[in-house]
Amino acid sequence: MTDSNLNPNRPDPIMSVEGAFFWKAADEGRFVVQKCGGCGMLHHPPRAICPECLSFKREEAELSGRGTVVSWVMPVQPPAFGFDVPPIVALIELEEGIRMVSNVEGADPKTMKVGLPVKVGFAKTRGGHALPVFHLA
Amino acid sequence: MTKGNQQAAIVGIGQTEFSRNSGRSEQQLCAEAVLAALADAGLKPADIDGIMTYTLDHSDEVDLMRNIGVKEIRYTMRIPQGGAGSISSLVHAKHAVESGFCDCIVLWRSMNERSQYRFGQPNLQLQMSPNGHSSTFIEWCLPFGAQTPATWEALSAGPYVNKYGVTSEDLGRVSVLMRKNAATNPNAWFYGKPITLEEHQASRWIVAPTLRLLDCCQESDGAVAIVITRMDRAKDLKQTPARLAAAEYAFLHNHEIISDFYQGDLARLPMSERVTERLVQACGIAPRDCQVAMIYDNFTTQVLRQIEAFGFCGAGEAKDFIREGHMDLDGRNALSPNGGLIGEAYIHGMNNITEGVRQLRGAADNQVRNVENVFMCSGVAGAIITK
Repeated sequence: MTDSNLNPNRPDPIMSVEGAFFWKAADEGRFVVQKCGGCGMLHHPPRAICPECLSFKREEAELSGRGTVVSWVMPVQPPAFGFDVPPIVALIELEEGIRMVSNVEGADPKTMKVGLPVKVGFAKTRGGHALPVFHLA
Repeated sequence: MTKGNQQAAIVGIGQTEFSRNSGRSEQQLCAEAVLAALADAGLKPADIDGIMTYTLDHSDEVDLMRNIGVKEIRYTMRIPQGGAGSISSLVHAKHAVESGFCDCIVLWRSMNERSQYRFGQPNLQLQMSPNGHSSTFIEWCLPFGAQTPATWEALSAGPYVNKYGVTSEDLGRVSVLMRKNAATNPNAWFYGKPITLEEHQASRWIVAPTLRLLDCCQESDGAVAIVITRMDRAKDLKQTPARLAAAEYAFLHNHEIISDFYQGDLARLPMSERVTERLVQACGIAPRDCQVAMIYDNFTTQVLRQIEAFGFCGAGEAKDFIREGHMDLDGRNALSPNGGLIGEAYIHGMNNITEGVRQLRGAADNQVRNVENVFMCSGVAGAIITK
């Protein structure tokens, strides 16, 4: 699913203890979210404890990878560190009901708008990691 | 609610010049601003028994005491959440003096934020935990190129801008007003330099399609300090005290400071709405009852969103409220007569507090007529000062 990579110098993820599972799954080509082992609730950003049932049991759930654009921007000046081409940064609402910041790759900014359906893919970072990014569905 | 002689009041304000290269240490700027605020109040360093700044401030409490001869303190505190926390410093100071725990508190913010480091630039050498500073942008935004406050703000403002059809010209009118006010404020970096809407529209994109260069506040060097005591002591001091009728702060579950994307309706600012309710409960005065509104203006989008959330007008109406002149100097609620962080300087919100006090004293360069109450806010916190 990785297109020609316009941004081979994209920064590597900076992983917290609780967030590392997300990035490690992405390296394996899987798109996941934190799921509470107690009550099953999905959480993003990840956290140590489920605020609903206070369980410490953390699991991961596979996501469909389908979502819609809630908001999008293109940082132009100063250029984003590690990006040779300005990225489209988007807030994506996933069909499982959680929101996530990512990129929409391969889209023309002139036709970008709120509400567009998107589907997950993966992009390589400078250090060889893979990150979940999105393409127009 | 504390009233009468036990109520907190701002009795001194001080500042350095605002520049892009102070040529002095942040520690020196801090000491200069604190001495200026004490002199304004008619107090001496030995009168201080509490000191407070931001967690992000690089100057130091011990060095301040050494520099200006503070003899003994019994309270020190640092406020989190950057500029969003600027007004929350007043919440702490109010309760510290009204409880009797302290008699005289000094707040300050000192920064060489243009000449030594720039908030507007991506910084991947941040010496902070991925979970730190009330936001998760280090882990969950930086690898996707969302690396600056302008990018996070534009992303979070998207649903608001989209829902209400806010145009770049609508945002530009906020900037034009701030620069108009700054143009007649001799302390402002943009003194004598108003802009037109056409100049706003011609300014380059910082974050397309929302924020142009002239939608963003400045990066500045400088320091500001404020002295707070109780009314029983204030009556013997040099200035007419600015009573802190109410100062409130609210933070809500699953929200963040600037990368605040993950909870609720993004077209609203629920924390600001909560603060508004609390202010009215605390003092019976609403922000819209105030003749002057000092609204934290890191970006023009934040100004419009806060105007609505703090109840100056209805949802989606802020762009028209500005266009119809209700926040001009002679309007119903004059917006930041100093020119705010866009026009005067970016001292992380603290220079909007000093202007609020000057307006209440009747001593501002762009003095609004018949000021009885001044409202000041920074997203998660708000305060109302009265005569």
